[in-house]
Amino acid sequence: MSKNTLYDKVWDSHTVARLDSGQDQIFIGLHLIHEVTTPQAFGMLKEIGAGVAFPDRTMGTVDHIIPTLSQIRPYEDEQAEKMMAALEQNVDEFGVRFLHLGSGKQGIVHVIGPELGLSQPGMTIACGDSHTSTHGAMGSLGFGIGTTEVGHVLATQTLALNRLKVKRIEVTGALGPGVTPKDVTLRVIHDLGIKGGLGFAYEYGGDVFDAMSMEGRMTVCNMSIEGGARIGYVNPDETTFEYLEGREFSPEGEAWERGLAYWREIASGDDAEYDDVYEIAGESIEPMVTWGINPGHSVGISQPLPEVDSFSGEDRKTAEHGYEFMDLKPGEAISGTKVDVAFLGSCTNSRISDLREGARLMKGNKVHPGVRMLVVPGSQQVKQQAEEEGLHEIFTEAGAEWREAGCSMCLGMNPDQLVGAERSISSSNRNFIGRQGSPRGRTHLGSPAVVASSAIAGCIADPREMGESA
Amino acid sequence: MSTKRIEKIVGKAIPIPRDDIDTDRITPARFLKSITFEGIEKALFCDERENTPDHPVDNPAHKGANMMFVGKNFGSGSSREHAPQALKRFGIEVLVGVSFAEIFAGNCFAIGVPLGVASADDVNELIKQAQEEPETRFTVDIRNATVGYGDRVIPIDIQETRKAAFLAGTWDMLANLRANLPQVEEVAQSLPYVTNFESEAE
Repeated sequence: MSKNTLYDKVWDSHTVARLDSGQDQIFIGLHLIHEVTTPQAFGMLKEIGAGVAFPDRTMGTVDHIIPTLSQIRPYEDEQAEKMMAALEQNVDEFGVRFLHLGSGKQGIVHVIGPELGLSQPGMTIACGDSHTSTHGAMGSLGFGIGTTEVGHVLATQTLALNRLKVKRIEVTGALGPGVTPKDVTLRVIHDLGIKGGLGFAYEYGGDVFDAMSMEGRMTVCNMSIEGGARIGYVNPDETTFEYLEGREFSPEGEAWERGLAYWREIASGDDAEYDDVYEIAGESIEPMVTWGINPGHSVGISQPLPEVDSFSGEDRKTAEHGYEFMDLKPGEAISGTKVDVAFLGSCTNSRISDLREGARLMKGNKVHPGVRMLVVPGSQQVKQQAEEEGLHEIFTEAGAEWREAGCSMCLGMNPDQLVGAERSISSSNRNFIGRQGSPRGRTHLGSPAVVASSAIAGCIADPREMGESA
Repeated sequence: MSTKRIEKIVGKAIPIPRDDIDTDRITPARFLKSITFEGIEKALFCDERENTPDHPVDNPAHKGANMMFVGKNFGSGSSREHAPQALKRFGIEVLVGVSFAEIFAGNCFAIGVPLGVASADDVNELIKQAQEEPETRFTVDIRNATVGYGDRVIPIDIQETRKAAFLAGTWDMLANLRANLPQVEEVAQSLPYVTNFESEAE
């Protein structure tokens, strides 16, 4: 059993009671809510005549269904309009803070939490969305929950949870040029498998994480769930504190000093013990791209696609299905695979550093005539920042579409969808069949750099081979 | 911290004498679009009832029934929570049948609807009794795992852990969590970030 890790410390300090079910009742420090997983939960509250227990620990926004083109109400999609209206009414009725479209601070929950300083080290953070693991980058325990659990948090600010084991993932050394945090997370999932993290929280550490930016850490923690780990976190350090200082909801003055003391204290101790440790040499990681139908189906961009024989049992069947669905063959090169769509966005990679990385490669280049490219910033603030830096002009001059903030084509719950059997290179987090809105649509996951270089080349392309123009 | 103990249910029964009733038939898919469960009881078997003039659910003789006798593999198909919700909101407090689909059974447990499993012969007897003498008052005894009427007592299987939770009143997780609200407040006060570090933690 793990000892004296951040996970253990936060768990212990947030335990309310031991329940008859054998689970622990855990206090939730921040509850982020959005339009998709809350209406029935609010309905539950109304039925039992309960209010929101801690409205000041709750924050709402809209992201999943929001159109990124025309945001004029009522939305064309009736169901989207209905969900939006229900959320507006619920936050109003229950006195919950809400970052609406007019606030200038709306965005994907996992982008705005850290951006506004809402997500802080040592917190428990829950949201009805599996990518809540993102907030672990702040040194918190963030995890996704279902609608029934959303109701539990609204009514009590607590959840009935089973304690997880802790696996330390240590990435040593340094990343090579052109290798990004997205490649690190895809490599972790590649090595440990999509079920490798079941029952675990991942603690990411080592030289590579020490040197990684906060936004990079968010990308890695975001995809913990794709490896089966409901939680992934990085211990808070000076990089964390520097990021947090001066954000809207960050403490100030003496409160800031008290915050620092708490955050330093909550990090895993030097004597921390783990249930398991996995080590990767940073130098061995190259830009990764997925070739199949789950995020574990990835390959280094310069490597040939793996033989089916390298998989066994159920995994082999899934790999065969993956090759068939994606119309690819073992032994082939992944680079050079023609793409129809390039998507730069999602809670994994839609922050300002991601857009800068994309723009750096796009500058002076054109999106290939056979490719449609969407660039969707993660929040209104990211969008504004990007426009102040002129990034939007680089994208639009290259022929990409510059959109409003939202989840967009990551899951195609709004009009941004693949059509037919279109093939996309996407900076999002899931390459499941049908994920991007078309049942036959094919998704390759990669970093913002891979998305940009592929958009230009018209096929999956190694960003390390792109000459920087202009 | 016990909340709603479920020990005994007494009342009339609606007989549904067929096998493999899936959740699409209990609550048709178009009701999934709704953003609340409120009023979902209107969806209960609604397509079947429209096409079946003497559907048992609409039979005035069964009005006010609070239990349902069903066949084999009841609640199969889609995992939708709408089906047990519709049953419960319609007034059904317990179901006795030959077998139940697993996910449906889990969803029933979560909202406090016990399921009793009996032999096909015994279920047929119960269904016949409810059909022929709809005013019969049946008793489902959770502790002793029986269903009976008059002098007749029929054994039923209720999954042990669920039975214990019904008897202890701990099946309702939300109620369990709410029972500890004072301790929740204490934990909140002990966490310095709850006041955004404006005051020293207690």
